Amino acid sequence: MNMALLEVQDLSIQFGGVKAVQNVSFSIDAGIVYAVIGPNGAGKTTLFNLITGIYTPTAGSILLDGQPIQGKSPDVLAKRGVARTFQNLQICMNMSAVENVMVGAHLRLDRNLFKAALRWPALKARDLDLHAEALELMRFVGLEAYASASADSMSYGALKRLEIARALAMKPRLLFLDEPAAGLNPKETIEVDALIRKVADTGVTVVLVEHDMKMVMNLSDRILVLDYGRKLAEGTAAEVRRNPDVIAAYLGAHA
Amino acid sequence: MSKHPYRGLTLIAAVLLLLPLVLPNSFYVDLAIRMAINAVIVLGLNLLIGFAGQISLGHAGFIGIGAYASAALPTHFGWHPLLAVVAGAIAAGALAAVLARPIFRLKGHYLAMATLGLGIIINIVVRNEAALTGGPDGMAVPPMVFGSFEISGDKPWYWIVASLLCFSIWASINLIDSPFGRALRALHGSEVASKVVGVNVLRYKLTVFVMSAMFASIMGSVTALYVGFVTPNLADFFHSIELVTMVVIGGMGSIYGSVLGAVLLTALPQALATFEGWETVVFGAILMLSMIFMPKGLVPTLAARFGKGE
Amino acid sequence: MLAEFLQFLFSGITVGSTYALAALGFTLIYNSSHVINFAQGEFIMLGGMLAVYFTHSGLGLPLSLVLAIVLPAIVGLVMEKVAIEPVKGAEPVTLIIITIGASLVLRGLVQIWLGKGTFSLPAFSGEQPINVLGATLMPQSLWVLGVTAVVVLCLWYFFARTLMGKAMLATSFNRVAAELVGINTDGVLFLSFAMSAALGALGGILITPITLTSYDAGIMLGLKGFVGAVLGGLGSGLGAVVGGLLVGVLEAMGAGYISSSYKDAMPFVLILLILFFRPSGLFGGKATDRV
Repeated sequence: MNMALLEVQDLSIQFGGVKAVQNVSFSIDAGIVYAVIGPNGAGKTTLFNLITGIYTPTAGSILLDGQPIQGKSPDVLAKRGVARTFQNLQICMNMSAVENVMVGAHLRLDRNLFKAALRWPALKARDLDLHAEALELMRFVGLEAYASASADSMSYGALKRLEIARALAMKPRLLFLDEPAAGLNPKETIEVDALIRKVADTGVTVVLVEHDMKMVMNLSDRILVLDYGRKLAEGTAAEVRRNPDVIAAYLGAHA
Repeated sequence: MSKHPYRGLTLIAAVLLLLPLVLPNSFYVDLAIRMAINAVIVLGLNLLIGFAGQISLGHAGFIGIGAYASAALPTHFGWHPLLAVVAGAIAAGALAAVLARPIFRLKGHYLAMATLGLGIIINIVVRNEAALTGGPDGMAVPPMVFGSFEISGDKPWYWIVASLLCFSIWASINLIDSPFGRALRALHGSEVASKVVGVNVLRYKLTVFVMSAMFASIMGSVTALYVGFVTPNLADFFHSIELVTMVVIGGMGSIYGSVLGAVLLTALPQALATFEGWETVVFGAILMLSMIFMPKGLVPTLAARFGKGE
Repeated sequence: MLAEFLQFLFSGITVGSTYALAALGFTLIYNSSHVINFAQGEFIMLGGMLAVYFTHSGLGLPLSLVLAIVLPAIVGLVMEKVAIEPVKGAEPVTLIIITIGASLVLRGLVQIWLGKGTFSLPAFSGEQPINVLGATLMPQSLWVLGVTAVVVLCLWYFFARTLMGKAMLATSFNRVAAELVGINTDGVLFLSFAMSAALGALGGILITPITLTSYDAGIMLGLKGFVGAVLGGLGSGLGAVVGGLLVGVLEAMGAGYISSSYKDAMPFVLILLILFFRPSGLFGGKATDRV
């Protein structure tokens, strides 16, 4: 437990002339809730995309358990226990809600095509177990009402929680939540807040990007503040709140 | 995921069992065999188009590979017909793998272009290499033999094809509701989401493409062995389009839709046989109208309308 | 040696000009809607067949040619209104299939109306071959090249200097942004189908005295034009012209030097090579996805 779970060193990415992320370094210990905040355009989602393998950095490294993972594709990272949700929902609308969650367990199952085609009994049994497990996960995130619903019949708020259920089905060690409260009304936001707390209590390391300051200050053990792609500050919620640079960035220099 | 996933299959199997008693003459048995063959090909193609969301506009090329393997290998090289079937399937699969690997990294319509090109090239090769293939006039196909027992004529082939169809439907149903099948559907629904849960998108697309190519090749061999003759028409662009039409009209991603599409559109040319130009027009109209008004295809649209599950 | 090379080159750029016009047609429609119009070849066929029909009906060459361009343009408009507009925003598979369906309908109707025969048009200015360094050049080839060059210049002027042309370009870069600044993007789509059909028809007319025409001439011409568009980079006008010409030349060279029975296969081997090694084509840009 001495070594941080995730270590980001001098990470940078450039899109043409735009330096979306510049020399960002930080580390995340296992078991905490870590938030990444910053004004719009600060590079938060880009940072997420870098760590979860959607983008490849132009410089710097990302270490998971001390092993470099920068540039590795998302499906490889999934094997290492990294899960994420998306700011612009990525739900498979062509499937039912339960099936979306079951897909999350993809790597934990026997994916052999021939056994599947021939209805191998062991495979079928595991599938039934998985179905039950998926329903249980849906109950955990508060979606028991949608047990037999299809994904395209669900509300935005419900789908956001479905994505979390899917991510949890991966039994991840590291869960990235990209703006989990975006687009939710105050009541739904409180529910998501409680849900994230519940998830963190199970031992999963949660990293979230969020604009809702109350939620961030409530939930997070440590916070990273980004501005124009650079690290502005890092520390506990109390430390960050007092940091003059952070205040200036958010509220203007003469606050 | 319905409680009785094999209900439809049981019905189809029953129909297939009773059909020979009802059909008046061998013309209709022949038609039934052709429908069943097309249904199996369409099932494979539907996995690609309907589930994995990729498109192949040259699938008849793979049929041609199997058909001509069954014709040329025994005739010119003395191979056993069964070996020729296997060789055709392997060749089709290998070709699909080679083609797909670079193409699948690109956007959707690139596979359409690549398969289009491949299908046309195969057709031209078959027409040109007359020494091997009999050229534009085609060639005869030595029948399947086991020892001294020769399989020819519509009776034995009816039962072989019917069994193949039932097995294919059964396997497809199993596949859809399995980790593999779910990954495939997820891939179609959201590639990013499927990547993030660990699906190796490239490998899945490749697998499905190769599988559907091999299905097509095997059924091409079956067609060749059954009919006893092959012509380049089996591997031309219009045939590829017919197959896509069957997928589309029956329902992309629907197993029973595949069967329905195959049945309807195998019968249609027979009905329009005397109206040559009209056959083309009607096919084209069906494609357009079904995509505009019923983009999900017959079976899914009807199923949604009447509230049944699939 | 030189004479032979020139011969292949001439026949290559002649037929390549038709491919170039077809490729331009593909590019126009692709740019305004991201649809790959598989019916493009049928517009080419319509141009040639209608020209034949009208001249045989005694209408005189000039009027026949005008009608043979205008009518396909109208067909293009009808197709856009009936088949494309209702399904805006559908999956690529759906749109590809619709255009394939449209091509079948057009081809079938022509087959029923005009039969399966092969037809020709008289060459515009006679059949006296011109000798160029030992190779023969048909006067019709000069017509093909000349008219194509003029058309390409006109199009360049249209896109670079006129408001309508710039509006079309804007739509191809970013449809939503174009709508936001008041450009009628539906109108742009409408116009692009008409232009595309007219271009194809023109190509078909020009080439008919040389290669003849029939109800199914459109398939190969269209597909090869499509290869030209992809070779040049789908979405690039300059690429379309260069790509089309290049396909024609490579096809002629391949047929002449390698094998004439595989002439029709050359463009498709070419497209596979392009897709393997340089899918964005000669002038196309690379596209990245934003999550």
